[in-house]
Amino acid sequence: MNLAKLNDIAAATKEKCKNKKRVCVCAGAACISSGAIQTLDSMKKIVKEKGLDKTVDVIPVGCIGACHQGPLVKILPDETIYQKITPAEAALIAEKHLAKNEVVKSLLFATGAGKESPVNSNETDFFKKQRKVVLETCGNINPESIEDYIAVGGYQALYNILSTLSQEEVIAEVKAGGLRGRGGAGFPTGLKWEMVHRYINSTKYVVCNGDEGDPGAFMDRSVLEGDPHRILEGMAIAGYAVGAQKGYIYVRAEYPLAIKRLETAIKQARVQGLLGDKIFETDFNFDIEIRIGAGAFVCGEETALLASIEGKRGTPRPRPPYPAESGLWGKPTLINNVETFANIPKLILIGGKEFASVGTQKSAGTKVFALAGKIMNTGLVEVPMGITLREIIFEIGGGIPGGKKFKAAQTGGPSGGCIPESHLDTPVDYESLGALGTIMGSGGMIIMDETSCMVDVARYFMDFCMNESCGKCVPCRVGTKQMFDLLNKICTGQGSPADLALLEELAPYVRETSLCGLGMTAPNPLMSTLRYFREEYMAHINDHWCPAGVCKMEPAAQLAEAHS
Amino acid sequence: MTPLAAPTTTILVTIDEKTYSADPGETILDVCKREGINIPTLCFLEGVSTVGACRLCLIEIEGTRKLLPACATVVAPFQKVKTNSDRLKKNRRMTLELLFSERNHICSVCVANYNCRLQDLAHEVGMDHVRFPYLFPDCNVDGTNKIYNIDHNRCIMCTKCVRTCDEVEGAHTWDVRGRGFESRIIADFDEAWGTSPTCTLCGKCVSVCPTGALWHKQSVQNNMKKSPEMVSELTAKRGRKG
Ligand SMILES: Cc1cc2nc3c(=O)[nH]c(=O)nc-3n(C[C@H](O)[C@H](O)[C@H](O)COP(=O)(O)O)c2cc1C
Ligand code: SF4
Ligand code: FES
Repeated sequence: MNLAKLNDIAAATKEKCKNKKRVCVCAGAACISSGAIQTLDSMKKIVKEKGLDKTVDVIPVGCIGACHQGPLVKILPDETIYQKITPAEAALIAEKHLAKNEVVKSLLFATGAGKESPVNSNETDFFKKQRKVVLETCGNINPESIEDYIAVGGYQALYNILSTLSQEEVIAEVKAGGLRGRGGAGFPTGLKWEMVHRYINSTKYVVCNGDEGDPGAFMDRSVLEGDPHRILEGMAIAGYAVGAQKGYIYVRAEYPLAIKRLETAIKQARVQGLLGDKIFETDFNFDIEIRIGAGAFVCGEETALLASIEGKRGTPRPRPPYPAESGLWGKPTLINNVETFANIPKLILIGGKEFASVGTQKSAGTKVFALAGKIMNTGLVEVPMGITLREIIFEIGGGIPGGKKFKAAQTGGPSGGCIPESHLDTPVDYESLGALGTIMGSGGMIIMDETSCMVDVARYFMDFCMNESCGKCVPCRVGTKQMFDLLNKICTGQGSPADLALLEELAPYVRETSLCGLGMTAPNPLMSTLRYFREEYMAHINDHWCPAGVCKMEPAAQLAEAHS
Repeated sequence: MTPLAAPTTTILVTIDEKTYSADPGETILDVCKREGINIPTLCFLEGVSTVGACRLCLIEIEGTRKLLPACATVVAPFQKVKTNSDRLKKNRRMTLELLFSERNHICSVCVANYNCRLQDLAHEVGMDHVRFPYLFPDCNVDGTNKIYNIDHNRCIMCTKCVRTCDEVEGAHTWDVRGRGFESRIIADFDEAWGTSPTCTLCGKCVSVCPTGALWHKQSVQNNMKKSPEMVSELTAKRGRKG
């Protein structure tokens, strides 16, 4: 592969699509489960039958974002999105929109009731405030076609760095971009690359963390399914910068579609000489292998993940030494999250300075969130850092369904905390969320309304952490179990003030003594619900009453016994 | 692989306000042992790999927010270490409370009574009662081995047996199954110990087990003596350190 060939592929692919409409049928996991493949097949068949295939391309694409309205069909270049499209409705769209350029108003993607839906989906409330960097081409290109990716500028960034930048210059660019790790903790990416780069004369590895174990989160899955080449390119750039020749992508077995698309992408990249030896006719060699995890949350923790790749039991080990110093098989290893790598090609193409112009001073760029729970528009959104929670939930997300009242948003899943109504105007950035007692996390955002009991929520997440604890260290193994039992007692109306006091002593202890991040963050949901919704705990304890009407209280007779 | 800036000469560290010299690569626990500073340890065993799992040896290092395990933390120049602050003492008591609450540790009917590391540590850190309900999970006693028994009710999951069996005896009979509160020590693929084709009956696991979980069949209440030094001495003779 060289630049001329890359440009040829891009030009030829663009030429093929010139003056043509492109029908993108979402083939993300969510849309597939609501019948997208049938819609896709029917669309293809009808387009062919009607002889439209000279002017129309029908392709499967990755997640378009508005998963709650799937199967989604997007028409380019019109940017029109149709929602909940059955095979029959696909025929209607072909007849009207594709053949006669007439918009089918009744099927347009709608956000918020009562309003007329804009024909250009970018003008809808759902998309208007979004800013797509990571998801720039997800939903517009065929994830199983390397030509599609190249046509939108793919692998250009890899060519640019290999032909013009030194390793140090690449790292300097990433640092200038102010990119921070999207896997949860927000560690500066450039700094991490530099730490790995520092080790000389050693075999090194690049690892992509696609474990994504947060309940309710599907950002990384969507990127892997929708734009796998972007990850490969980001990893190859990282490999060059830190001096590694080998990369691993760790994906959970529950993501078969992501694995399949990655396998296809890796094969294609190898054929095109974009992975393997002498990439772009330089001395840079880099190849990538997939490793499949068995779906343990703790295997997202970096040292457990590395142990798992090595074929061992996936349990964390004390850090330091950090993976940058001693990672896979004891070698310096760079480990970044899927979304972190997905930011890299764009960052390189537009330059660090331009990249950092989006977002806030300390949190540059955008963040992908998976909206879930009691919200109108569930799905995948990408927003500039610094946007307020209110904008995400009430403008993009369309607010709370059924006329119910907003109660809290949980970010960071089982490792995070809740944000009550009074803090909805907080800007979304690493520091502000930290100050509220929660974390940015990897991008799960669960919205709760007045029908959620916060004690029950705390119990739910504690149950999760207890079951996912690896069992290696005492505070997490026994601490989460004892905290769960105490929460369970409170939720069934058998808790006493002494139980609450014990919980409040146990929580900071588990946080400060656990071996890895799982135990260190497991008390977060408990501590933050106590911080903002203490009165709900008191109602359960003192009045044996669940204000939200969720918890079933044990009958009074048993109560007396339990207290005696 | 050593970092570029790794020091190669003697390092000065301050532990509990006194300064000591240490060799690069030594752990804080190594220095403390040499200098007679007592730090409670439970999962650490000289001669086998270090896991940093029991969290009893956690210490404070000035300028580091996280508490770090002395057994697994390598000294750095001019480190200021606290080994016995109130915060640490409180945490150690809590760790022992949790351990005692986890399975069945009723000392008076245990073979290792008076010869138990867990019991000694409770004395040492002043853990005189347990505020949590005893969990008493469903654990069995495997008496199928000719010479030894394993009573999972007494096990604290320190994995000393697992590491010793694998790294010193080379048999790797023991391993861990399940996760979290449900994890258990298993023989081979979770089989009866007595039918294990890998076990050599060497008894090293029994010697290193800090509680009454692994014991000689002929021992009765209070009389099972443990000798973890045996394994440490053996590995020292082989010129290996954990
Ligand atoms: C219990 C636990 C689970 C984690 N799960 C994930 C995960 O699913 N994906 C991920 O990228 N990082 C996860 N992390 C964070 C990783 O340990 C690591 O910090 C991250 O992959 C680094 O990449 P980044 O710097 O690009 O964020 C997890 C951490 C902990 C403690
Ligand atoms: S904190 Fe939990 S998950 Fe992490 S090592 Fe300890 S027991 Fe395992
Ligand atoms: S002795 Fe250090 S953690 Fe157990």
